[in-house]
Amino acid sequence: MSDTAERPARPVPVEVDRVIIRFAGDSGDGMQLTGDRFTSVSALVGNDLATLPEFPAEIRAPAGTLAGVSAFQIHISDHEITTPGDAPQVLVAMNPAALKSELHRLVPGGAVIVNTDTFDERSLTKAGYAENPLESGALDGYRVYEVPMTQLTKDAAAPFGVKPRDADRSKNFFALGLVSWMYTRPVEGTLAWIEKRFASKPLVRDSNVAAFKAGFAFGETAELFDHPYSVRPAVQAPGTYTNITGNTALAWGLIAAATQAKLPLFLGGYPITPASDILHELSKHKNFGVRTLQAEDEIAGIGAALGAAFGGHLAVTTTSGPGVALKGETMGLAVSLELPLVIIDIQRGGPSTGLPTKTEASDLLMAMYGRHGESPLPIVAAKSPSHCFEVAIEAARIALKYRTPVVLLSDGYIANGSEPWRLPDVADLPDISVPFTTEPNHVDAKGEADFWPYLRDPDTLARPWAVPGTPGLMHRIGGIEKEDGSGNISYDPANHERMVRLRAARIAGIADDIPLVELTGDVDDAELLVLGWGSTWGAIDGGVNRVRARGRRIAHAHLVHLNPFPADLGDVLRGYPRVVVPEMNLGQLSKMVRAEYLVDARPITKVQGAPFTSGELEQAFLDHLGGLVP
Amino acid sequence: MTTVDLPSPTTRKDWSSDQEVRWCPGCGDYSILAAVQMLMPELAVRREDTVFISGIGCAARFPYYMNTYGMHTIHGRAPAIATGLALARPDLDVWVVAGDGDALSIGGNHLIHALRRNVNLTILIFNNQIYGLTKGQYSPTSEVGKVTKSTPFGSLDHPFNPVSLALGAEATFVARTHDMDRNHMLDTLRQAHAHKGSAVVEIYQNCNVFNDGAFEKVTGKESRADMLIPLVHGEPIRFGADGERCVVADPDGRLRITTVAEAGEERVLVHDASRDDPGLAFALSRLARGPYEPTPIGVFRSVARAEYVEESTRQLDAAMAQKGPGDLAGLLRSGASWDIA
Ligand code: SF4
Repeated sequence: MSDTAERPARPVPVEVDRVIIRFAGDSGDGMQLTGDRFTSVSALVGNDLATLPEFPAEIRAPAGTLAGVSAFQIHISDHEITTPGDAPQVLVAMNPAALKSELHRLVPGGAVIVNTDTFDERSLTKAGYAENPLESGALDGYRVYEVPMTQLTKDAAAPFGVKPRDADRSKNFFALGLVSWMYTRPVEGTLAWIEKRFASKPLVRDSNVAAFKAGFAFGETAELFDHPYSVRPAVQAPGTYTNITGNTALAWGLIAAATQAKLPLFLGGYPITPASDILHELSKHKNFGVRTLQAEDEIAGIGAALGAAFGGHLAVTTTSGPGVALKGETMGLAVSLELPLVIIDIQRGGPSTGLPTKTEASDLLMAMYGRHGESPLPIVAAKSPSHCFEVAIEAARIALKYRTPVVLLSDGYIANGSEPWRLPDVADLPDISVPFTTEPNHVDAKGEADFWPYLRDPDTLARPWAVPGTPGLMHRIGGIEKEDGSGNISYDPANHERMVRLRAARIAGIADDIPLVELTGDVDDAELLVLGWGSTWGAIDGGVNRVRARGRRIAHAHLVHLNPFPADLGDVLRGYPRVVVPEMNLGQLSKMVRAEYLVDARPITKVQGAPFTSGELEQAFLDHLGGLVP
Repeated sequence: MTTVDLPSPTTRKDWSSDQEVRWCPGCGDYSILAAVQMLMPELAVRREDTVFISGIGCAARFPYYMNTYGMHTIHGRAPAIATGLALARPDLDVWVVAGDGDALSIGGNHLIHALRRNVNLTILIFNNQIYGLTKGQYSPTSEVGKVTKSTPFGSLDHPFNPVSLALGAEATFVARTHDMDRNHMLDTLRQAHAHKGSAVVEIYQNCNVFNDGAFEKVTGKESRADMLIPLVHGEPIRFGADGERCVVADPDGRLRITTVAEAGEERVLVHDASRDDPGLAFALSRLARGPYEPTPIGVFRSVARAEYVEESTRQLDAAMAQKGPGDLAGLLRSGASWDIA
């Protein structure tokens, strides 16, 4: 027998329509990087995908503990998907703690790939295992692949002169190589990426390349796996695609908004999880004329932005819930000054420090009511990572046109999660520019031309925006109540009431300038309407589709504009026998629509620092449809 | 020949708004307003390019009285808001007006950070050592033991020395003047305005309603000679009716007030505001524990350091030169992208 004949024929990949993989390891194991790389190659393959990074708040939580586990879930598919998936079918566990904390998520019979080198007594004890789960039968019912990843990585890197200790840090690339083989991902992209990223550290580069190749080769030769799988490209509309996270899409959306407004962009911010990436991204693009200020605190961040708005910039401040609390007073000032300003809240678990790295959507009522006095402002919310781009432009459009602060709500889930995005044609983006006022708008008692900063446009009720540097229009604005028209200080009670009502009417009037409610599903005859907002969109869509597949009639409306609501929302809600509102809070939107329209909207709530799964919502919808919820 | 586009000449009246000034009669704020309105015409700046930004307090009403652009904002935040405006619009001349409570209590953080960044702002702190607008509580510059409505048994808080604080916050221009000497105020404000970077001026301002005479000993015409130590760059630091008293530096570096007769002329400290090391300026700021001891008045420090807005603009220009003006379509394709036909 010849050598070649001994070798098994290359197994043919088995096609699957989708797969959910979860990479889990210690915070120091590079799981987010691994997930990101797998995401990038899968996007380039043309799969539809959605991701869910989950990591602890500590940068280096105690190694080997359950608290220190960092995970990245990715759902890849040959058809359109909207969520990172309910339960993973494949779990990569780099240590006992990762196995212990993540195993319960896996589907029954799912595949577990473990790095056996980490299953020593010490690590097992740290993870809280009295017995080694690889021997105790704890993994019965799963397909377990035991791989000595650390040792194999060290062996692969040794020829390049990499010390075993250093090679240890490359084991995530071994895992990536192995899973890349399992799902027939092309290797070139990842290899090129490693070359570039670690160009300045040749030993690290060599070690990572060696580990990645070793992992890939291991899949092919180890005979552990019967065959690899493949996931075909999804059928997608023609166009150019890129894979994008919510925070990057927001940053780019802001740049696009500034371009479309023909104004320079100004960002005043303070580092806070999970919003900092927007500050990072915008800081890179100075050639767009973007000015970023990392201020001394959250208050200064919005203060500087408001100053820039007075100066005629498209001004933005980015933060998360605790930061919004600090910015409240300045938001009130912006309401009073009637200047355009975009306040971005990447929501996270609260109250207080809460769950800084976990998602929640519980700032809606704060955005709506979290200021003293009658201080309404528009609120918009993004529904998916790529949608952040569009919403950033919409927030800027409303802010500029109506001279008002606008709150844009995103959350940790879509901020860090990613999906493929069909790039818009720049030429199709809306023109959101507004003219500055350059001429006097009033004649004073002496018959001389004068400028009144609070003389409103009769249609929009917006006041003129005259920026410093404009001759003849010098004026003073402030937080004290102003006289309608002239803008001079006024303590007159009747004037105050008029101004309060004018400010409210200006915001309420925006309802006529936004789209009506968009409905999907069984629009005409649904037994149940699901009203959603924000990042629940994907899970609701999935849940609704599954319920329809069971033959029940259900419709879905998803709000982008939360204040004011679309003009027809009341009619829409009253048009269905039952309305449910899934929210990652204890029922904030449901409260708002109940108060506004007197409809019996039922909240479906979850506050576990993680998004709804489609399965959870499917069940909740079925419970409502089946009369299980009174 | 090139013509320089100079602003057309203005008068004090051109810089006064049509709003009725509403400080208490006799308030020191009036003399500061008058000085600023007198100074503006000679600064070769345009009204439309000038912005006054204030927080909350009696002093904070200042912008309403200037015929310029102005923002009356919220308590303590004026330096932050002004930083944003100055950064967005390097072409503007941005002034900050704040009281001692506004600048040093609720807004202390923003003040020190504006100073360390050296943002091109002229910052006037009207120090009256009291809360006026809220009707007479002690302030962060009030002396220990101050009896006020909120401290009927005397205040316990040790006060800030605004000049020491500014120097500690890396300010590049720090001065002190007062509301009883128009020319000194004009001269100080002129220098502050000419300074590139954050210029902070503490102005002793009498609140005749809630803290009358707080600075009387130092600023009053009768006692001034013995109590006010004029700081003039390049000049020996002498005071007294005949210049008989002076400041000397002891061998251990400490500053001491003595007489010229005792010290000898050659030992009198010559004031040098341009010293890079703020140590001596700081020592000068510590000469008096409060305005009841001989107190230095004048420019403590005036040094050049990179100005924040200019540096920010330089980074923008460099990025523009290197990458060319921003191309949105290019940005959207800057990550890995793929085409579907
Ligand atoms: S209370 Fe004092 S500081 Fe305020 S306006 Fe009256 S006198 Fe001036």
